[in-house]
Amino acid sequence: MIRSEILRDIAPILREHLVVCNIGLPSQELHMIDDQPSNFYMLGTMGLASSIGLGLALSQSKTVISIDGDGSVLTNLGTLPTIANNVADNYILLIIDNGSYGSTGDQPTYAGKKTRLEKVAEACGCENVVVCRDVDTGRVLQAAIDSKKMTVIVCKCDSGNVKVPVITMDPVVIRDRFMKAVSA
Amino acid sequence: MNIDKKITDDLVVNDISFVTTVPCKQLAGVIKEVEARDEIFHIPSNKEDEGMGLCAGAYMGGKRPAIIMQNTAIGVTINTLATLIQYYRMPLPMIISYRGELREPVACQVEMAVHTKALLAEMKIPTYHFHHQSDVAEFDAILKYTFMCNKPVAILTDANFWGGYGDQ
Repeated sequence: MIRSEILRDIAPILREHLVVCNIGLPSQELHMIDDQPSNFYMLGTMGLASSIGLGLALSQSKTVISIDGDGSVLTNLGTLPTIANNVADNYILLIIDNGSYGSTGDQPTYAGKKTRLEKVAEACGCENVVVCRDVDTGRVLQAAIDSKKMTVIVCKCDSGNVKVPVITMDPVVIRDRFMKAVSA
Repeated sequence: MNIDKKITDDLVVNDISFVTTVPCKQLAGVIKEVEARDEIFHIPSNKEDEGMGLCAGAYMGGKRPAIIMQNTAIGVTINTLATLIQYYRMPLPMIISYRGELREPVACQVEMAVHTKALLAEMKIPTYHFHHQSDVAEFDAILKYTFMCNKPVAILTDANFWGGYGDQ
């Protein structure tokens, strides 16, 4: 499966929770598949989906799912020790690991070569790290939510993209409706 | 006056309860004070752009955030300031150690100091410079201003403000 197929698969789970979605195609795909006020789309700032999600999870009680990519986690690798050392049991970091920089033309990442993000996360001190196959993402994600334990999921999937329109919604509108969903 | 306590008191009075820090020698006292307060959740960051991401999330979660960092980090955070904090219109007080100013012993610090105000001005970030200890009296008003206008606001605090580096 490619990322957009996984997002389509897990959309019914995601819509029940607060979602912080990575820049570029992941946000555009999620926006096209199932736009929700409870989705925070990143329009810029590669690498910070996991940090925004952690800050959000530490500041209120609803479940937060950050959808990140292997490339963007590599961009902000310092996020993993911060996550490990500031446990928020309402936080799930879902890394869609397709081994490539999808939004920029599928150039290979180091995670697609020798680097194993699950081992990096464990070495950083993350206590619940789960590796899953693309087809199992929904089941694993739901189990992580139900466990009420902070979890890092590394979902191994194929690289590839579908044609999607860019998000034209104003960033302040995205932020405002998201904050209303947070406080609802 | 203990300026570490005064700064932290003003954070608490303004309901700032989520503070991320990247250390600097000059900021050690205020970081220690922030860590000690029950009203503040202190979360150290590994890099300042990561810290701004944490602050953005905390703000959307209903908390008032702040970041404490060095001015060298202005070079690290321009993209995050433009495409996250400013683009989504989020308030963020930035308490910045202004290295490379008068009484600075480390020459390399001057190399970013000469760019600091120019970069902040280019980013249209309201900027205040604390040079004398008495300047801290405005800190409370600056925090109120930040959450009134929903912008990142820089408070540059130089070595003279912190009392210098001893005999160096």
